[in-house]
Amino acid sequence: MKEALENLRRKADEEINSAKTGGEFLGIKTRYLGRKGLLTDLLRGLKDAAPEEKPVLGKLSNDIKKSLLEKIEKALEDIESGEKHKFLREEKIDVTLPGRGARYGQLHPVTRVEGEICDIFSTLGFSVIEGPEVELTYYNFEALNIPEDHPARDIHDTFYVTDNVVLRTHTSPVQIRTMEKQSPPVRILSPGKVYRPDSDISHTPMFHQVEGLLVDENITFGDLKGTLTFFLRQMFGSDTLLRFRPSFFPFTEPSAEVDIQCVMCRGSGCRVCGHSGWIEILGCGMVDPEVFKTVHYDTEKISGFAFGLGVERIAMLKYGISDIRLFFENDRRFLEQF
Amino acid sequence: MLVSLKWLRDYIDVELSPEEIAGKLTMAGLEVDSVNRISPDFSGVVVAKILSVKPHPNADKLSLCEVSTGDQTFPVVCGAKNISAGDIVPFAKVGATIPGGYTIKSSRLRGEISEGMLCSEEELGTGEDATGIMMLPDNLTLGEDLAVALDLEDVVLEISITPNRPDCLSMTGMAREIAAMTGGEVRHPDIKFEEKGENTDTLTSVKILDSNLCPRYTARLIKNIEVRPSPAWMRMRLEAVGLRAINNVVDVTNFVMMEYGQPLHAFDFRFLEEKRIVVRGATEGEEFVSLDEKTRTLSADTLMICDGAGSRPVGIAGIMGGLNSEVKDDTKDILLESAYFNPSSIRKSARSLGMGTDAAFRFERGIDPEGVVNALNRAAQLIADLSGGYICRGYIDEYPRKIETVRDIPMRPESVNRILGTQISAGEMKDILEGLEMTVRENGEGEYLVTPPTFRVDISREIDLTEEVARIHGYESIPVSLPGLSAGTGTPNDKRTLEDRIRTIFNGYGYSEVINYSFTTPTSADILGLSRDDAGRRLIKLEDPLGEEMSVMRTGLVYGLLETMRKNISAGNHDLRIFEMGTVFTDIDEELPMENERMGGLVTGSRYDRLWHFDDGLHSDFYDLKGCVENLFDALRIRDLRFKSDCDRPFLHPGRSCHIMSGGKTIGFLGDVHPDVLDKMDIKGRTAVVFELDLRSLASLPSEEMIYRDIPKFPSISRDVAFVVDGAIEGRYILDLARKKKENLLEYMGIFDVYVGSGVPAGMKSLAVRFTYRSATRTLTDDEVNEVHDRLVERIVRHTGAKIRGMEI
Repeated sequence: MKEALENLRRKADEEINSAKTGGEFLGIKTRYLGRKGLLTDLLRGLKDAAPEEKPVLGKLSNDIKKSLLEKIEKALEDIESGEKHKFLREEKIDVTLPGRGARYGQLHPVTRVEGEICDIFSTLGFSVIEGPEVELTYYNFEALNIPEDHPARDIHDTFYVTDNVVLRTHTSPVQIRTMEKQSPPVRILSPGKVYRPDSDISHTPMFHQVEGLLVDENITFGDLKGTLTFFLRQMFGSDTLLRFRPSFFPFTEPSAEVDIQCVMCRGSGCRVCGHSGWIEILGCGMVDPEVFKTVHYDTEKISGFAFGLGVERIAMLKYGISDIRLFFENDRRFLEQF
Repeated sequence: MLVSLKWLRDYIDVELSPEEIAGKLTMAGLEVDSVNRISPDFSGVVVAKILSVKPHPNADKLSLCEVSTGDQTFPVVCGAKNISAGDIVPFAKVGATIPGGYTIKSSRLRGEISEGMLCSEEELGTGEDATGIMMLPDNLTLGEDLAVALDLEDVVLEISITPNRPDCLSMTGMAREIAAMTGGEVRHPDIKFEEKGENTDTLTSVKILDSNLCPRYTARLIKNIEVRPSPAWMRMRLEAVGLRAINNVVDVTNFVMMEYGQPLHAFDFRFLEEKRIVVRGATEGEEFVSLDEKTRTLSADTLMICDGAGSRPVGIAGIMGGLNSEVKDDTKDILLESAYFNPSSIRKSARSLGMGTDAAFRFERGIDPEGVVNALNRAAQLIADLSGGYICRGYIDEYPRKIETVRDIPMRPESVNRILGTQISAGEMKDILEGLEMTVRENGEGEYLVTPPTFRVDISREIDLTEEVARIHGYESIPVSLPGLSAGTGTPNDKRTLEDRIRTIFNGYGYSEVINYSFTTPTSADILGLSRDDAGRRLIKLEDPLGEEMSVMRTGLVYGLLETMRKNISAGNHDLRIFEMGTVFTDIDEELPMENERMGGLVTGSRYDRLWHFDDGLHSDFYDLKGCVENLFDALRIRDLRFKSDCDRPFLHPGRSCHIMSGGKTIGFLGDVHPDVLDKMDIKGRTAVVFELDLRSLASLPSEEMIYRDIPKFPSISRDVAFVVDGAIEGRYILDLARKKKENLLEYMGIFDVYVGSGVPAGMKSLAVRFTYRSATRTLTDDEVNEVHDRLVERIVRHTGAKIRGMEI
């Protein structure tokens, strides 16, 4: 009887292996496992088997039944899902056609870069403060140690509205206005539009600046270097090389200009850096005691530094824009790239 | 400023290459913008000796020469008369190029071979002498390149001198800086000369009427000079630094200005009335012809150099001399001026006259008050040397007002270190300052008393000395640190947070941000059709605009947005969705204008890029932009928002525009741009919708708190009704009629269809309204809903005379 069971299993497996359609599998199922099926038939002979063989044969026949059933069910499932799949395949669409809906609009590159600058400094605890764009000459010049009829005024060509009102040439007046209202510590960033009468491939009569001021006890030139090094490495990458070199601004002393290694040629010299390998990126310095005097800060107790940078200039370097005027042409094909 | 390294080497020995010098100067605060190599305009010209000169057999005016370059001899046909055997001359070999782009070729002149050319000064461009072949000194090596032999090559540095360093506006000043950096020594010119004849003060005098503007005026007389071109070495030096050589008197004044930074002027003594100088302020409106032959109208605060009784000006002090006393070819005697003028007075005059001369540039920045006489003597020496004249005995030094120079600046080394964050020793500081020619002494209390040299007019305070210490110590040697964080800093800026939020929202609607200039054209107000008393005409005007189209500050954003649209359309970008945030300016008759932050937007062209999904003709319209504004308010959770028709903005379409209102106030407008405005702006045949919002008003509006409400548990019941009403009745009116009843069960009410056409009488429209009812506590019955619904519909019908579509009432 055991042999008969094994034969039956072999035969059924062969049939399962060669079956293709659902009907064939269902036929196999009925033929072997049905109420009048071959396995059922065979099992009727079980009662005549020797008592000690009965449990063994019973287990074997159950195993065979279970295994055949599993194989047939599996085959039927495969057929069904294959058919569903085929049906769904026929609902195929062209996935390469573009999606629907309005395109996402773009931030102006100046906004983008200005935001990046402000974000970096806000991690250092700077607060963003804004001020008027049309400004008294007092705040734009005199309070910043730029007296009238002084050559230092040559640094900034100026749009005048009246004799004592100008379009601000830098956002530094915000520093004075803030210090007038607030005693140290001061840690502010003033971004915004500034104006100078100049128009060519690298100048526009309006551009954007971000200036920073930090005043507290024991602020040093080393702190200035550290803060700006942190900023520039955040902005241009942690391997950015930079150098501080002496310069002159009426409202800071000692003053410095900061160069970064040219982002285009990595210092070997190219058109962008005028073949020097360095690009001037910002101006800075320790706040001149004259400036502190105008806001009645005690220069023996506190010190501070200030810095300023042009947003367009940084955007030009970051994105490889060679003509600053493009920022204000607002051509859609320009704007869409940011 | 241009600095010739060849000239510089007259005063200091530097081993460094030009690039190294440039690097060091840049790192010391004297930014070198470029390093330019200059060489003469010829090549292949060498030093040669004439071995023999024979007459040309076939031409009377030519001769045959044999010329040696040391190792070779060449036959040369030459037309000059001034040559003879033994002369050392410039020889352009075959293949040489000379100025004018000529290349020397082997040739045959009247049958005789010529293998090159002997050159005159003029042919080589080294001088004006064209009368004969240039004669070279005997000590030159035959065959050597002429440019090398005559040292005609140079390197010129272009340096940006910051306004605080007038002492570097000269060759000796640059030499001093290099000496301080390299430890080298400056060689000052040896000024020695003989004085002859009469005493200067018996021949002339100087009278200063305004000692405030002219504290010091020195002068010398040089007589019996011969005016002629300067020698080549002088011309080369001047031309290398961008100055034009004129004659041996004017050139010396320029040379000494470049050497010491002291501007000088030479007057032709014969033209000075009464042979004397008077320094006085100009009379208002006085006219004067300056050396450049331009007539200048002077103002009373301009200082003038005059002659005689002081009635006739002969120069604008510190700026430019007069044509009436100019040194001419036949000038014999000159009065040489070296003076100190008040810097801010010179600056004021130079600016108002528009005369930014080299002299004014130096005077306004401040010259060395103690260098005046030295420069006078140096110039006298050179003029006498070059022109053959003699220097009269003594000199005039009118010095009525002592020019204050700074002495004994207290400096505390620990204070220097406190600012720099360094540990520089007091000794190193002393060394640095002394290297800059400062006198440093101790006051016994650990402080230094520092006296800077008189040419360092920028140094008067401890902080100035701190900078010098840092500069020479080297910025790169200052250790890097980070400031500690103090309490109370780093507060967020609400306005900028709001702006960023709005940007994100509008980017999401597909609007790109633009930034327009804050200035605009005054005609913008006319193009926009603003009435005479419109606040948009209260323009802030610039005194010196870059052009009429940028001469006033904008009072709104719309014109700029339309300009952007016009430019884009002419560039072929027809579909635009843009927005801008920025300041507008209104003159309010106060010192400063009123500045307002505004946001504006514009949409024109197709709603989407034309793609396969959509038919052509999906033209954006009023409701596109309105939707954005509504959603903006929604996103900001500002619930009070109304659009009120009959907007009075003249640049908007009168039938398709509205005020944006909140809190009972108008805070902006929205609408189609008036077709006339588009016509005037040359964007005919298109439509555009714009809006503008006042950001400060927007920021001040109350926003709804974010509090969670339970999701409804019970179902809602909706009723749709189509009201046929007069075409003039606005949808909002109908909604308000129902909402004002404040029925608790009415959860939502909205217009979902507007229909005009067959089935609706002319002049009427059908508004389909959905009413949704819901209770938070139970499932509503039809009867309950009907009771409320009928009441609301009846109210609408009563107030509007509406007919219910598809229903007879």
